[in-house]
Amino acid sequence: MIAFIARRLVGAIPTLILISLFVFTLQKLLPGDPILAMAGEERDPAVIALLHEKYHLDQPIPIQYIRWVGGLLQGDFGMSLRTEQPVTTLVASKLPVTLELAALALIIALAIGIPAGIIAALRKGTALDYGANIVALSGISIPHFWLGILLIMLFSVKLKWLPASGFVPLFDDPVQNFKTLILPAFVVGVGLAGTLMRHTRGAMLSVLGTDYVRTARAKGLMPRSVVLKHAFRNALMPIVTLTTLLFGEMLGGAVLTEQVFSIPGFGKMIVDAVFNRDYAVVQGVVLCVAVGFVLLNLLADVLYRVINPRLRTAS
Amino acid sequence: MTMIETVSPILFRPRSTSRALQKFLGNKGAMIGAGILIVFALAAIFAPWIAPYNPIKTNFLVIRKPPSALFWLGTDELGRDLLSRLIWGARGSLVAGGISVAIAMAIGVPLGLLAGYFGGKLDALISRIVDALLSCPFLVLAIALGAFLGPSLINAMIAIGLSAMPIFARLTRGQVLSIRHEDYLEGARAIGLPDRWIIARYVLPNILSPLVVQAALTIASAILAEASLSFLGLGQQPPYPSWGSMLNAARNFMEQAPWMSLAPGAAIYITVLSFNLLGDGLSDALDPKSQH
Repeated sequence: MIAFIARRLVGAIPTLILISLFVFTLQKLLPGDPILAMAGEERDPAVIALLHEKYHLDQPIPIQYIRWVGGLLQGDFGMSLRTEQPVTTLVASKLPVTLELAALALIIALAIGIPAGIIAALRKGTALDYGANIVALSGISIPHFWLGILLIMLFSVKLKWLPASGFVPLFDDPVQNFKTLILPAFVVGVGLAGTLMRHTRGAMLSVLGTDYVRTARAKGLMPRSVVLKHAFRNALMPIVTLTTLLFGEMLGGAVLTEQVFSIPGFGKMIVDAVFNRDYAVVQGVVLCVAVGFVLLNLLADVLYRVINPRLRTAS
Repeated sequence: MTMIETVSPILFRPRSTSRALQKFLGNKGAMIGAGILIVFALAAIFAPWIAPYNPIKTNFLVIRKPPSALFWLGTDELGRDLLSRLIWGARGSLVAGGISVAIAMAIGVPLGLLAGYFGGKLDALISRIVDALLSCPFLVLAIALGAFLGPSLINAMIAIGLSAMPIFARLTRGQVLSIRHEDYLEGARAIGLPDRWIIARYVLPNILSPLVVQAALTIASAILAEASLSFLGLGQQPPYPSWGSMLNAARNFMEQAPWMSLAPGAAIYITVLSFNLLGDGLSDALDPKSQH
């Protein structure tokens, strides 16, 4: 297993190098010189030269790239040109908020998506199946920001049960924290639940048709045991892989949802950085996301092997 | 040329086009989706004739009026008729969805064909680039590219197209690999047909079905992405209407004018749902595994 993980990590290196090249090139191609913005109204050439030197922008591009990657490897993602904070600090302060949102969303998605998928597969072709499918497709098709607006109008404006926006950290006030996060988590979770339901249904259908499930039924096992123990455990594999890979979708959802609910998380930071032309932050964020995604892919492969003993002996 | 024409009917795999079509036409969801999309497309095409008012002309006498006989969906914060803006906005959304997927396919499919058909170093290079692009979530990549290109509807389409491109490259490559050693391709190679010809005549037609399905599903995501970018101010620029930017304006008046939020969001939702239904129907009809 360790050899497998090591092999996969080495295999990820070319991808990571390419990502860093993309991000670096993109930054160099971006219009507008942030240094000019920092130099202020007078645009004193001496100040500009000094700033260029301070951020190593006076050196050849390949050297700049090597310097930058060297910094990355030491955990130095640069400074936010706007807030003058290290990007690492910014990311570290915003990431927990989004992770909490993502965790809540994932719980909601799993709680709705998996049972709905199993039931739809067991009742294939019935009104229940079609209904579940339409609801799942709706979850995938509904724009996050619109669902967010609708929920705010219902629960905050009309019923006044929940706050419309804002965020309270978990350790300051867990109850208030939950109140501020439940609506956004539901918004992000609904889309994921749709995807999960459809995949669970598909995986269950392919497993329910197999010989071992027929055998289990034939030998008179309880239907509940056949479904949960024999069928679902085998259907679980694609679902586990999918769940780790849903991360990307979750982050995409979080970007807009955090915007609608004014939650100071990772997603809102991306949008703010993009609009403020704070390229160091955009770079750092894209890199963090890409590295996280590569690691999650690895995690998916490892989990796949843990759940499926056949793969372990095969290699 | 004559040789090729006599050979091709033998090499060509028989296809059950009529059965697939029948299956597709019998799929209720797909037909409802198609019907809705046709209505929306007609509304977009005939917008100048059916929209009751000018979509960008402001009228400060009727600011934020709720729906009435005069303004069926109400008016916005500048007194513009929401129904007219919604109809004109359909143009932006549908065109953006179509064009961004066309961009994605125009780049992604050839890349996937090259990687899958020729293999080797070229495949390694293309696959690495596709992997790297896919490691950034679609919407995040589209927002970053959209910001880099600058806010406009055309740039949003390019950004979404580029972000969706790797999906097509990967799918095409996988499909090519799956048929690479089929007898009809070996045969075509054996009689010395040029690669160009084999790809265009034998490879592409045989991998088209999954691409069509993916195209329908990607238009759904592309429309959603365009709405998201416009919602953030990176898509259609004011005063021209777009469903996403209408929602962005509506967000500031959730208490005073809730009707402003309803129609544009519902329009996005119904359009995206229709494309997803259509994609599902196509997938059921074209997938050989589901024909039993």
